[in-house]
Amino acid sequence: MSAQTFEATANGETPLFYEVEEHHHPEGSSTMLGFWMYLMSDCLIFAILFACYAVLGHSYGGGEGPKQLFELPLVALNTAMLLFSSLTYGFAMLTMERPGASVRAVQGWLIVTGLFGLAFLCIELYEFSNLIHEGAGPWRSAFLSSFFTLVGTHGLHVTVGLIWLVTLVAQIGMHGLGQANRRRLMCLSMFWHFLDVIWIGVFTIVYLMGVLG
Amino acid sequence: MTRTPLFRPLALLAPALLGGCSAVVLDPAGDLAVQQGNLVIFSTVLMLLIIVPVMTLIAVFAWRYRSTNTDAPYSPEWHHSTALELVIWAAPLLIIICLGAVTWTSTHLLDPYRPIGRLDAGRAVAATAKPVRVQVVALDWKWLFIYPDYGIATVNELAAPVDRPLQFDLTSSNVMNAFYIPALVGQIYAMPGMTTKLNAVVNHPGNYAGFSSNFSGDGFSGMRFRFHAVSQGAFDQWVGRIRAGGGSLDRQGYLKLAAPSANVPVARFASVTPGLFDAAANRCVAPGETCMSAMMHADAGEHHANVAAGRPTQKMAMPMAASAPIPATTQPGARLTGAGLPMPGTRATDVPATAGDRRTF
Amino acid sequence: MTSPLPLSSPSISPIFGRLSLDALPLHELPVLVAFAGVAVGGIALLAIITYYKAWGMLWRDWFTSVDHKKIGIMYIILGLVMFVRGFSDALMMRAQQAMAFNGNPGYLPPDHYNQIFTAHGVIMIFFVAMPLVAGLMNFVVPLQIGARDVSFPYLNNFSFWMTTAGAVITMISLFVGNYARTGWLAMPPLSGIAASPDVGVDYYIWGLQVAGVGTLLSGVNLIATIVKMRAPGMTLMKMPVFVWTSLCTNTLIVAAFPVLTAVLALLSLDRYVGMQFFTNGLGGNPMMYVNLIWIWGHPEVYILILPAFGVFSEVVATFASKRLFGYTSMIYATIVITILAYLVWLHHFFTMGSGASVNSFFAITTMIISIPTGAKIFNWLFTMYHGRIRYELPMMWTVAFMLTFVIGGMTGVLLAVPPADFVLHNSLFLIAHFHNVIIGGVVFGMFAGINYWWPKAFGFTLDRVWGKRQFWLWVVGFWFAFAPVYALGLMGVTRRLSQFDDASLQPYFLVAGFGALLILAGTGAMFVQFFVSFRNREKLRDVTGDPWDGRTLEWSTSSPPPDYNFPFTPVVYDNDAWWDMKRRGYVRPTTGFRKIHMPKNTGTGVILAGLSVAFGFGMIWYMWWLAVVSLVGIFAVAIGHSFNYKRDFYIPVEDVVRTEDERTRLLAGEGVSA
Repeated sequence: MSAQTFEATANGETPLFYEVEEHHHPEGSSTMLGFWMYLMSDCLIFAILFACYAVLGHSYGGGEGPKQLFELPLVALNTAMLLFSSLTYGFAMLTMERPGASVRAVQGWLIVTGLFGLAFLCIELYEFSNLIHEGAGPWRSAFLSSFFTLVGTHGLHVTVGLIWLVTLVAQIGMHGLGQANRRRLMCLSMFWHFLDVIWIGVFTIVYLMGVLG
Repeated sequence: MTRTPLFRPLALLAPALLGGCSAVVLDPAGDLAVQQGNLVIFSTVLMLLIIVPVMTLIAVFAWRYRSTNTDAPYSPEWHHSTALELVIWAAPLLIIICLGAVTWTSTHLLDPYRPIGRLDAGRAVAATAKPVRVQVVALDWKWLFIYPDYGIATVNELAAPVDRPLQFDLTSSNVMNAFYIPALVGQIYAMPGMTTKLNAVVNHPGNYAGFSSNFSGDGFSGMRFRFHAVSQGAFDQWVGRIRAGGGSLDRQGYLKLAAPSANVPVARFASVTPGLFDAAANRCVAPGETCMSAMMHADAGEHHANVAAGRPTQKMAMPMAASAPIPATTQPGARLTGAGLPMPGTRATDVPATAGDRRTF
Repeated sequence: MTSPLPLSSPSISPIFGRLSLDALPLHELPVLVAFAGVAVGGIALLAIITYYKAWGMLWRDWFTSVDHKKIGIMYIILGLVMFVRGFSDALMMRAQQAMAFNGNPGYLPPDHYNQIFTAHGVIMIFFVAMPLVAGLMNFVVPLQIGARDVSFPYLNNFSFWMTTAGAVITMISLFVGNYARTGWLAMPPLSGIAASPDVGVDYYIWGLQVAGVGTLLSGVNLIATIVKMRAPGMTLMKMPVFVWTSLCTNTLIVAAFPVLTAVLALLSLDRYVGMQFFTNGLGGNPMMYVNLIWIWGHPEVYILILPAFGVFSEVVATFASKRLFGYTSMIYATIVITILAYLVWLHHFFTMGSGASVNSFFAITTMIISIPTGAKIFNWLFTMYHGRIRYELPMMWTVAFMLTFVIGGMTGVLLAVPPADFVLHNSLFLIAHFHNVIIGGVVFGMFAGINYWWPKAFGFTLDRVWGKRQFWLWVVGFWFAFAPVYALGLMGVTRRLSQFDDASLQPYFLVAGFGALLILAGTGAMFVQFFVSFRNREKLRDVTGDPWDGRTLEWSTSSPPPDYNFPFTPVVYDNDAWWDMKRRGYVRPTTGFRKIHMPKNTGTGVILAGLSVAFGFGMIWYMWWLAVVSLVGIFAVAIGHSFNYKRDFYIPVEDVVRTEDERTRLLAGEGVSA
């Protein structure tokens, strides 16, 4: 397709009104844009949950507050798990980009990422069960409702990310690192780092500001 | 907004257009409602300045440029005119500037939280005038009115003397309602665990309709009462009759009354347990319930413990969360002013007079 | 301490949850009649499909189709079917309000009446207006931008079925259990578990959550399509106005629906887990729900009206045979409306007691929206100026819209003045106002759009006689139905009442009821119009593909368009691309065709939507096993689908040649083949 077909002809002659050569929308060319938009809409859900936490975060219903309930060392460990998982996902992507990348190596990094993610989830569940055991379940106060919902929604996303990750490990095992799989790895990468960013917000606003503030 | 000569005939005309039936919104009995109704008419007239020409042009162009009328000019490529576009953006803009200015001033002047400054267009409120206070509790599905200065209470019957400032404090037992007497003044929500305020005056004696104007459940249609605007003397007699009639409303009685019931007949109580309204607003009428005020006080104490521990308090962006308790403010119209981003709609006082005024604006 | 809710109380059966025979409306005559009607109609429909052995065709060509045109048509069918339900609700309300005076309780007890007005609002907005709008956008946008399909065709099919699943969940409530009795926004504490312990609000929540997934994904899909799939030469400022309004609408969807999802999820947590977001105790804050739901709710209004504005822009330019006046200002007006849509939500509850400054701020932002809206009206007006207006049905709807909508706009600005709102809020004046803009704007727009693009979808125009009958019955009926409602609002009558004590109001309700009957007749005329047009389709046949002397690309291809829309991707030089092509001597290509790359059909969308209905039903009735099984099923099917890497195919060049040769023959006037 040559450039001049785009120019309207001023002298009245008929320009070319269609493409003779097939105009290619490369397959999946919209995927990144679409996935970005999905992430932004997901981000809005978290924005609402953060807003609720900001509004309700001091309504303890006569019960205990963050200072008594949160254990920063545990949360710091948890944060480390998630940050490491993001790092190892980054390694997986770097491995994939290398020419002649080995499927095995990418799978290996993904599995390491998954294990870190799993550790994060386990620690979170441990924290939740402790809180509920202490009588600070999500029904105890508006503060705890908004806390459990914000952190739990993030945890739910991590869970879905893990399921997706396992699926992708299987899929690149079956189909190698073709265009479609690279695209999928890229989407999961965005999703995983996005969850990291959200967690940093949670860690700062809920835990650090709650306990130290 | 004053009732100018221009609007008086219009105000009278509008109900006439409505088939002679009483359009109470445009022809009410209380000064605030009169001003609000006038604003309805003023805004409509202002907008008709542009709506009428536009509708005329639509009709004219639609007719004149029909395809069968080949006499009319036809310019298929004409699609832009800077001057015309300026006009079409500027004309609505001008109207909105006018309306915006009127809106800003009238919204502040007619703010339901603002104590009234005049009885009607011609008379100011006397400096010595003592307002009649009424505490309103929306129950499922009837209205409880407590007159704290007279120690009486009524269900589904409200009376007030004409030409005296009226102050309503409103809350709800269970779900959201709105308190509305169209002849008196515009509505305001009555919400559980919160109080709202309404100031008004009624100028003409009469028997007016009042109701809930926010859907509140199955008994909503029957959540109606009559509002009797009477002379001071008649009002005193009414109070006297209720006092003589006996009956008292204590906490147990309130709980029984608050149980859901529909189409409830009028009831009157010669005496009321003091503090009942505050207990209702704080949702602690039943024995053993923790008052929301106490709970919030404890929460705030917790928050303050953080401060006392020598760590700086991190203020959240939302002032709802950041509003530390301040000493009880009962003076009407007092409000915290704009710290940070507003969480709109939160001025309604969470738990008044005890834990402090948590209004944002 | 455990959750205080009775989720596992002994009265809940492990298999049927809280579902029992009592949930069936065996003792409520009106519901039984409705059920019998739906059952007989449904069985008849199934029998007809079976008789004509149409199941295979329906499944292959429609249900599993990823063709945006078919999905668009299915959306519109869904919208029209649900309109019948929503409008039946309206008639029932009108009948109740017309008779319930002087101690006559009417024929509907409050608990039934309250379900009806809730269902009416929810169905009309979510399952009538939204599908109609989504259907038009799906059908038209790819054609107008010269694309072969949307960016994510499979997702498109899934979105449609999720919307349908939401509608199915909502409809089940009519016959199993009951619907919410809270009003269409289900405000807590009324919608909380304490005040509404039964299944009604749960039906509301899950119906909307399931449909919301579809709406959100459809929004993402159409934005990606518009951004990425435009024909060469079509810069942003050369896009047809309908594409622009679709872009803005879908941006609003993507930025607003997550809020609805979140706020309904929080309400669910309150109801299912006993959390304290919007409760009265332990720190809950119901006002937060009101704020959040309107942060979604106000943009939703513009989600509906912007595409209608787009339709009118296309229609008025086409039938005035003239370029749209002020294209650029039209686009900027649309963008301004899109942005301001997020800055006005508080005007829905001025009466909550916010301060005067907060109220004034939101009042003035609201009024500012009327400026770009007014500019749009003027733009349409000056498009008519010096035009040659052909009064085909779409143009009639457009003129009716302009005259009706300005009134609705005026009353809207009036309601934005807080002191005026204090006396009119929640009154029937408000009801009249939003019906004035939604019927006068959105519904008229959809009728204009359906009449305008019908020939493109099916290859024959709609019958004019019945179309005119529908038009006049609707327009006149609308004013009969809502002028008295405006008046009642000024008389201080509030909304959602099922009984009245002031007998002098009755005549107004009788007139309103008469108006509703006219609209009923108009709706009947519409269905007759469809039927008559189908019967006379050979007489109404349009072989040119361009029955209105159109201006945009969809009119450059055949009617109905081939699966691949365009044999060659068009190249665009002008806002009115097809007008420009016709004017400059475009010659339709008849040779040189190539094979065309297309997406394959898939049944995954239908299956996932079916599982979502089961999941919702399980959650509503506390049938936990069903919820768990269907959730696992949803994940399994979705993951299984992702293992399918062969989702496309090529239409062989012979098929393209055959299709295009047929069109050449038709255009040359060699007779019409059915």
